[in-house]
Amino acid sequence: MEDSTVKIAEVVNVGDVVTLNTVLIGTSGTIVKVNGEGKIRRRLFDMGLTPGAEVFLRKKAPLGDPLEITLRGYELSLRKDEAQYVEIKVTDVPASSEGENK
Amino acid sequence: MADKVLNVCLAGNPNCGKTTLFNSLTGSTAYVGNWPGVTVEKREGKYKSKEGLVVDVVDLPGIYSLSPYTPEEVVSRNFILEEHPDVVINVLDATNLERNLYMTTQILEMDVPVVIALNMMDAVENNGMSIDADAIANKLGVKVVKISALRNKGLDELMAVAAKVATTKREGKSFWDYGEYASKVDEAVAIYKKEEVSDPLFHAIKALEGDEIEAEKNKLAFEKVKELGVNIDEFEANSADKRYKYITSELAQYRTGAPVQESKKLSTSDKIDKVLTNKWAAIPILLVLLWIIFHITFASDLLYMHQWFGLELEDYPGFISFTLADGETYTPFAGLFYTGDGVNSIGEFFHCLAGDNETGILGLICLGIKQLLLMMGTPDAVIMVIYDGILNGVAAVVGFVPQILILFLFFSILEDSGYMARVAFVLDRIFRRFGVSGRAFLPMIMGLGCGVPAMVNTRTLNSDKERIKTIRVIPYFTCGAKADILAAVSASVALSFGWNADLFTMGMYVMGFVMAVVVVILMNKTTQREEVPPFIMELPAYHMPQPKAVAIHVWDKGKHFLKKAGTIILISTIVITMMENLTWDWRFIPAFEEATLEEIQALGYASYEAMEASSMLSSLGKVIMPLFTPIGFGTQLNSTGWIFGVATIQGIVAKENVTGTLTALAGIVGQNVEGLEDGDAVSQMFVATGITAGGIMGFTVFNLLTIPCFASVGTAKGELPTKKSYIGTILFWLLGAYVIASLFYLFTDAVVGNFGLVAGIIVPIVIVAAVVGSFFFAHLYDKKMRAKEALAA
Repeated sequence: MEDSTVKIAEVVNVGDVVTLNTVLIGTSGTIVKVNGEGKIRRRLFDMGLTPGAEVFLRKKAPLGDPLEITLRGYELSLRKDEAQYVEIKVTDVPASSEGENK
Repeated sequence: MADKVLNVCLAGNPNCGKTTLFNSLTGSTAYVGNWPGVTVEKREGKYKSKEGLVVDVVDLPGIYSLSPYTPEEVVSRNFILEEHPDVVINVLDATNLERNLYMTTQILEMDVPVVIALNMMDAVENNGMSIDADAIANKLGVKVVKISALRNKGLDELMAVAAKVATTKREGKSFWDYGEYASKVDEAVAIYKKEEVSDPLFHAIKALEGDEIEAEKNKLAFEKVKELGVNIDEFEANSADKRYKYITSELAQYRTGAPVQESKKLSTSDKIDKVLTNKWAAIPILLVLLWIIFHITFASDLLYMHQWFGLELEDYPGFISFTLADGETYTPFAGLFYTGDGVNSIGEFFHCLAGDNETGILGLICLGIKQLLLMMGTPDAVIMVIYDGILNGVAAVVGFVPQILILFLFFSILEDSGYMARVAFVLDRIFRRFGVSGRAFLPMIMGLGCGVPAMVNTRTLNSDKERIKTIRVIPYFTCGAKADILAAVSASVALSFGWNADLFTMGMYVMGFVMAVVVVILMNKTTQREEVPPFIMELPAYHMPQPKAVAIHVWDKGKHFLKKAGTIILISTIVITMMENLTWDWRFIPAFEEATLEEIQALGYASYEAMEASSMLSSLGKVIMPLFTPIGFGTQLNSTGWIFGVATIQGIVAKENVTGTLTALAGIVGQNVEGLEDGDAVSQMFVATGITAGGIMGFTVFNLLTIPCFASVGTAKGELPTKKSYIGTILFWLLGAYVIASLFYLFTDAVVGNFGLVAGIIVPIVIVAAVVGSFFFAHLYDKKMRAKEALAA
């Protein structure tokens, strides 16, 4: 899989269901579904990325990937490739949506 | 208490303080090994209480789940299921209960007595929170003990409880809502019970999840469970989901007070993180930090006070000076604090303090032994074996230890503080392109100091293949000992060929980096093909490094080094020293700097050269000389070719030997070169032997890229997952270096004429050629593999 082929959502509103790799820094959401298969899906589950869990996209690495999210009271890093399997329902968007969305 | 020795194991998430707990419990009795067949660390030790309770403790690797995907998980799971420990102590990081309890719900499904240790309770209380341990214990039906492994609190109580629980029986129990699957789970459990598999509940649930190990180990039952027609993927999602739901709805309430971390508020950890992983500052900060670490550990010119600021010093005189019975005078502590090259860094100071067989503390001891032998009238030959052979070997290993420990210390501090995980986070994007994850950066960069700790550090990597790739290229990062070769050779080529010494040195460092990248890409496309392993990794909160935890880290790794490397480098040094000083008829050859020409003529040698050439090592060197011809320093040098060959062979034992040998032999061969009266001895020798520019290039490149030293060979053996990969690595180090060195030899000599430009221009050309060539090769191979796969499908 090539990195970050999924396009970045232009405008994400509260209530939208999007994949975790497409949202802006500062977005919060509730996990709706975890796709993917086998090892990666299992690992995502084990780390607490299960439906109903609240996640917050804290930052991206200096080169835009991987991502750092907060969930269940701890910080987790995952690549966009892995984040694309996680569907979230957006509960909060950053006040200023400009800037670092690459 | 029971008469039989209790057997407990510690299980828990990474970063939950398990290792600290283990070390606090077992103290000096602990030992570290690998699980049979896999390179997963195995720690075992004994706990003894004041009351006479004795417990065998096994520390399982830190894992998040008992799924079948990583070797750590498999090892832990099999240990509990097959070794039947009397008690499993499930260690939880009390500051992060939710995720830590997830694995608890899996462990509790096994038929084994469990005690929960709520670790880091001091941190929880400092945050103004409290946890109702009794309530959790009631809910889960197992004992819960609050402890702080770091402050040694609650440990005796924990072990007393464990001892009590060990005599009881416990049946596996699930703590989550099966929901629509309830009847299926019951049926699956019944199947496993009928097959008389122990821990039926655990196995049944794993089977319903379609677990790979389950499918192999309990085939019959697994097949029957399969017939129940449960959708594996859905069941797996459901079980993970419901476990977490149970934890949040039933257990999380027992933690009261402020939550661990307000998800959006900035804690101190976040503020630090803002700087350290800042978009622009992250990589420069990392580089500066690394420079500081290496400078403090290895520099012999602290802050470049000599080179840049013109500080002129005489060697520190040393405070002890004595003359042995053989008339030699020694000052073991000369140059301890500073030398003519500058002020010693902390690492270099300790290196000098430890010393070798004639300097430092080791020197005092070794020379003392020598003096004793001399006074007892021991024959020279025996003294040579003991002092120049055995003691020299021992001192070479031990003298090396302080710097390695200091390097370990710095890296352990970075690791313990939580910074290492961020480094991997920051660099993952770059490294993934080459086929390794961001975590591989650290071991590689440690290779610039010393390859041995670097190889030990590959333990943090995800897959076996990633470890193999990383270990193989670690030698390409020019280590401290090789820097010494570069310094000597570059000074000499500046004199004899007029090359720019700095450019040459830098070019060689860059050559190593580029080769590392090329080789990793190449391996990734050929023998070590794998999908880029996922990078789903916890970023632990920053905290002040705990001296105790850091000390444990350093000691663990240091011990490993001493054990693995100490034996092999010691034996090999002794063998090589003997071969260097013995002729085939077992006569001893005096060290040439200690004998006059008359003395050696009395022994029957015409000249120094003849004497040196009569040793076992040199005659072997002559036999294998043709081997070095393709890389520029073999038979084409006629009678003197063996010098470079011997230096190279000795370099395989330890790279420190290369300059030592060159300098020593230069004293003989380079003696009578005209027109170079005052130049340095090595450059005179270059002229005397008639080695070409390409030959020097081949010599340098081969020495930089080949087997780094016996110490790292020993370490690689301990760290590589299989014997095959170990042998492969050794062959790779030899053949890879050989091919690249011959390229450099041929290219450099082909463009002879303007030596001054060679270092600057030819190096990049060869590199580009190698890159292009390797991509081409990789492409072909890839195509072949794909065709094969298509055929198979």
